[in-house]
Amino acid sequence: MAKAALMDYDRALELFEPVIGLEVHVELNTKTKMFSSSPNSFGREPNTGLAPLDLGLPGTLPVVNGEAVKYSISLGLALGCSIAESSRFARKNYFYPDLGKNYQISQYDEPIAYEGEVEIELANGRVFQIPIERAHMEEDAGKLTHMGGATGRIQGAEYSLVDYNRAGVPLVEIVTKPIYGTEGDAPEVAKTYVQTIRDIVIALGISDARMEHGNIRCDANVSLRPRGAEQLGTRTETKNVNSFRSIERAVRYEIQRQAQILADGGAITQETRHWHEDTGATSAGRPKSDADDYRYFPEPDLLPVQPSAELIAELRAALPEPPAARRRRLKAEWGFTDLEFQDVANGGLLTEVALTVEAGASPAAARKWWTGELTRLANAAGRETADLATPAQVAELAALVEAGTLTDRLARQVLEGVVAGEGSPQQIVDARGLAVVSDDGALIAAIDAALAQQPDVLEKIRDGKVQAAGAVIGAVMKAMQGKADAARVRELVIERAAAE
Amino acid sequence: MSEISAEQVAHLANLARIALTEDEIQHLTAELGQIMQAVEQVSQVATADVVPTSHPIPLTNVFREDVVGETLTQQQALANAPESDGSRFIVSAILGEEQ
Amino acid sequence: MSELTRLSAADLSAELSAGNVSAVEAAQAHLDRIAAVDGAVHAFLHVNPEVTLAQAAEVDRKRAAGEQLGALAGVPIAVKDVLVTKDMPATSGSKILEGYVSPFDATPVALAKAAGLVPLGKTNMDEFAMGSSTEHSAYGPTHNPWDLDRIPGGSGGGSAAAVAAYEAPLAFGSDTGGSIRQPAHVTGTVGVKPTYGAVSRYGSIALASSLDQVGPVSRTVLDAALLQDVIAGHDPNDSTSLNESWPSMAEAVRGADLTGLKIGVIRELDGDGFQAGVRQRYREALDLLASNGAEIVEVSAPNFQYSIAAYYLIMPAEASSNLAKFDSVRFGLRQAPAGGGTVEQVMAATREAGFGPEVKRRVILGTYALSAGYYDAYYGSAQKVRTLVQQDFANAFEQVDVLVSPTAPTTAFKLGEKLDDPMAMYLNDIATIPANLAGVPGMSLPIGLAPEDGLPVGIQFLAPARQDARLYNVGGALESLLVDRWGGPLLAQAPELAVSTQEGTR
Repeated sequence: MAKAALMDYDRALELFEPVIGLEVHVELNTKTKMFSSSPNSFGREPNTGLAPLDLGLPGTLPVVNGEAVKYSISLGLALGCSIAESSRFARKNYFYPDLGKNYQISQYDEPIAYEGEVEIELANGRVFQIPIERAHMEEDAGKLTHMGGATGRIQGAEYSLVDYNRAGVPLVEIVTKPIYGTEGDAPEVAKTYVQTIRDIVIALGISDARMEHGNIRCDANVSLRPRGAEQLGTRTETKNVNSFRSIERAVRYEIQRQAQILADGGAITQETRHWHEDTGATSAGRPKSDADDYRYFPEPDLLPVQPSAELIAELRAALPEPPAARRRRLKAEWGFTDLEFQDVANGGLLTEVALTVEAGASPAAARKWWTGELTRLANAAGRETADLATPAQVAELAALVEAGTLTDRLARQVLEGVVAGEGSPQQIVDARGLAVVSDDGALIAAIDAALAQQPDVLEKIRDGKVQAAGAVIGAVMKAMQGKADAARVRELVIERAAAE
Repeated sequence: MSEISAEQVAHLANLARIALTEDEIQHLTAELGQIMQAVEQVSQVATADVVPTSHPIPLTNVFREDVVGETLTQQQALANAPESDGSRFIVSAILGEEQ
Repeated sequence: MSELTRLSAADLSAELSAGNVSAVEAAQAHLDRIAAVDGAVHAFLHVNPEVTLAQAAEVDRKRAAGEQLGALAGVPIAVKDVLVTKDMPATSGSKILEGYVSPFDATPVALAKAAGLVPLGKTNMDEFAMGSSTEHSAYGPTHNPWDLDRIPGGSGGGSAAAVAAYEAPLAFGSDTGGSIRQPAHVTGTVGVKPTYGAVSRYGSIALASSLDQVGPVSRTVLDAALLQDVIAGHDPNDSTSLNESWPSMAEAVRGADLTGLKIGVIRELDGDGFQAGVRQRYREALDLLASNGAEIVEVSAPNFQYSIAAYYLIMPAEASSNLAKFDSVRFGLRQAPAGGGTVEQVMAATREAGFGPEVKRRVILGTYALSAGYYDAYYGSAQKVRTLVQQDFANAFEQVDVLVSPTAPTTAFKLGEKLDDPMAMYLNDIATIPANLAGVPGMSLPIGLAPEDGLPVGIQFLAPARQDARLYNVGGALESLLVDRWGGPLLAQAPELAVSTQEGTR
C-alpha cells in the first residue's frame, strides 16, 4: 500500500504538539479462563479443551475466576491505582464471529482499578510520569484465519476459519489518560511505557508476557494540536501494534502523517488504523460510527466484586519493587557503564538480564548474551528478543561457557538451537555433540596426528619459535570440528615439545 | 421521546443483526412507538435519589477456584456447527474489522 | 385412560416404591396417553419413547438391586424445551435452534435424572419464552385441555397443558414474568416460581438473566414441593445461585397450618382490570382462608403499577443480548442470503429467517432500550423501578407473612384473540411480574372455575425471598380446603379429551 505523504519529523514537532494515549491488553497466565474452567494454555489444536461457555452454547453461564481478580488487583496496585470498593462486569454488545456470545464480558463504568501513575525512564535518562485512567478485567476473543484471496488478510478473503481456544482468556486492559509533554520523545515514551508494563507483569508473575503470542498488545492513540492550542486534535487509534519497535515506529509515523495532513489544511478522520510491519506504515481502518453503539449494561449473570481491605493489603504487601526503584537498584548492582545499561534498557531487556542474573549468571554474561547474540537473532528473524529464550536457558548457557564446556563460538550454535526450540542448552549440547573436548587423551591423539604431518614443528618450538605451534593448533581444531579449547591444545603442544 | 422513526428501527435492526423486511420495519415502527409510550412511565418515578437494582437478590464476590474442569472434545465443539473444516468453524467473508 | 396417569406424583411414587407399579409401566402409560391426546393438545415438541423407557428400566433395575432411590424415583416428568438436554433436542420453541442437542444437561434436568425422575420429552413454549399464550412457538400453538380453542397460557403452555391433560404428572417450567404461574392459572394446575437463585439457571436457555427462574409444574401443591426439593440448591455453575440449604417444601405442605397466618391482599392487584369471575373466585378463596384461621389484611404496593413498564424494558434489553449468540456460526440455523454474502449478511439473514415476530419485536425493543442516549431514560429508569418494587415488597412483608392476588386478570382467552395486540398480551403478566422484578417466590394454584365461562381461575401467593416454604404452607392448606369443598381435584371437572388412535406425537 502507498505510504501517505509524511512531514519531516522535526518540522512536525515545530508546528504541532503530539498527545498520545495508550491502551495495553495483558493476558493473564491463570490456569483457567476468566469465566470458565477450561485451560488457559497456548498452542492447543484448534477448538480443543473448550468449555461450553467458550463457544457461547445455549444455557451456559459465566463464573468469575477468583485468581484472575487477584492478579488484576495486584496489577492495579503496581500501577499505583486505587482499587474500587465495588466493581462490576458489563456486557459490551457487538456481533463478531470471534465472540462466542456476540458480547464481550468487560467492565464499563465500574472498573476494578482507577487513577494511577507509572514512572518510566527513557534510554536518554528522561523520566516521565504516565497517568493511568483505569485498569479493567475482560475476556479475550477467539482467533480468525482468513482464507482465499491473496494476502491472508481480511480484505479479499473468501471465507474465514474460527478457533475459539483463545476465547475467554483473562485480560486486563490498562488505559492511560492523555499523555502530554512528551514532544519528540513521544514514540520512545510509548515504547518504554509498554516495556515497563511488561516488566511489571513479569515481576508480578501474572502473565507470560510474550509479545509474539499476543500476551501483551498495544493500541496507540495519537493526536496533534497546533502549538499554543488548548483543544486536543482529532485522534487516530492504531490497533494491535505488537512489538516494541513497531510501537515506536507507528507513533512516529502517525505524527508525521497527521502533521502533513494538517499542514496541508486537511482534517484528521477519527478512525482506527492498522500498522503494517512490512511497509512501516499505518492504513485507514474503520471510521468511528453509529455502529460503535456497544449497548453496555451490567452483566446480569455476574455479581459485583468487592475486595476486602485485608485482601488488598495482602496483595499490596506482596508487590515487587516499583520499576523506577528497581531500575536504580539494578544499575548499582550490575556495575554497568551508562552505555551498557542503556543498551539493556533500550532493548526492553532489564527483566531478562535481571532474571538471568538471578538464575546464576554474571551480569556481564547475561548482558552479553541478551543484547548481543539474542538481539542479533531477533532482529534477523523480526521477533522480540525476550521471546527467543528464557532467562533460565541463558543462565544455563553462561554456566556452560564459564565451566569451559562451551566456547563462545559453540555457545552461539547452542543458542541457535535454543531459539529453534530444541530444548535446554545442555540438551542441545548433548544432542548436537557440541561440547568442548576436554579429554586430554583425545586431544593428544589429535596432536600426534597433526605432528605426524608437520614433524618440524616441535623443533621450531624448542628453538624458541613458539608461534609455530599455531599450525598444529589449527589442524587440531579442524580435526576436532572446533570443539576443542585452543588454549589447552596450545599448552599440550608446548608440554610435548618440552618433554621430547 | 416515544417518537420512533422507521429509520431508527432500521438502524436498530442493523445493530441487532436482523435483516428485517421493509414491511416488518413499518409494522415495528408503529408497534414500538405504542410500546415505548406505555413503558416510558418508568421515568415518572425513577428519580435521581433511587438506586438502580440490577440483581434481584444482592450477592457479591462469587468466585471460582482456578482449577481446570471438564472440557469438550473437538468433535463435541464442532458437533452443531453449520459448517466446519473438521477443526475450525467456517464463516463467509467478513466485511467489518475486529473491534 | 390408564389410572396410572391420573395419579399425583406423590401417589405414583408410593405405588412405585411399594412395588405395585414399575417405572417402565408408569412411563409407558404416560407415553400412551401422549400418543392418544397430544395430537389435539400439542403439548410436546419431542418425545422419544426408547430413551424414556430405557431410563425407566434403569430405575427399575436400581430398585430391584436395592439401591437407595429418591422420593420421586420412577416418576415421569415433562421438560420445558427451554432446558438443554443431552439426549433430546432443545429448541426453546425457535426455528433457529431446530434439532440442537446440547453436550450437557441443564442442572435441574441432571438433578431430576439423578433422583430417578424419568424425562418423557420436551414441551412446547412461546419462542425463547416470549409470550403468554404459547402461540409464539415456531412449532405451532399448544391447546388448553379445558377448551382446545383456547390458549394454555405461556410461555410454558406446553408444560401446563401436559400436566392438565394427564400426559405427565410433573413438568419443568421457567418463569421470567409469569411463564409458570399464568399457564397454571389458565389450565387449573399448580405452578411455582421459586426464589431467584433457589434453582440453578445453568442450562436454561436465557431469556432475561436477572428475571429467569426454573420451577415445578404439577397438579398438586405437594407434587410441586416434592420436585422443588429435588431441584433447589446451590450450583457452582450459576453465580447467582444461592449457596444455602433449603428446608423441605414437602414437609411444609404436609404440615400446612393457617393458624395465625397473616395474608396481605395487594390493593393494586384487585381492580376493574380483572374479570368478574376471577374476582369472585378470588374473594371466595380469601373468605375460605379467613374462616380457617388466617388473618386477611389489605396492603398497598403503590409501585406495582410501574412493574409492566419496567419489565418490558429490562426483559427485552437482557434478551437482546442473550439472544445474540444465535448467529449461525457455532450451532443452529444458517440461512445465506440469495447469492451468498458476507458473514454479517448471513447472520442477519439467519436471524431474520430463524426468529419469529415476537422475538424480533423484543430484540429490537431491547436494543433500543440499551442504545446510546436512551440507556438512562429506559434501562436505567427501569432498574430504579425495580428498587421501588422491592421496597414495596419489603414494606408489605413487614406487615404480613404472605401476599395474595389473582394470578392473572382473565381466564384462558381464545387462540388468536390477542395475537395482533402486543400490549394487550403483555397485560396478562400484570400480577406475576412484580415477583420476578424483586426475585421473590410465587405460586399459583387453582381456586375454581369462573362462572361466566367455566374456565379455571388461579390464585397467586407471594412470599419474601428465601421463604418459599411459606407458599407451600398456605398453598397446601388452601388446596386441601378446596378439594374438600369440591369433593375432588378441580381437574376432575375438566372435559374428557377425545382419544386419538393415530400417532399423535412426533
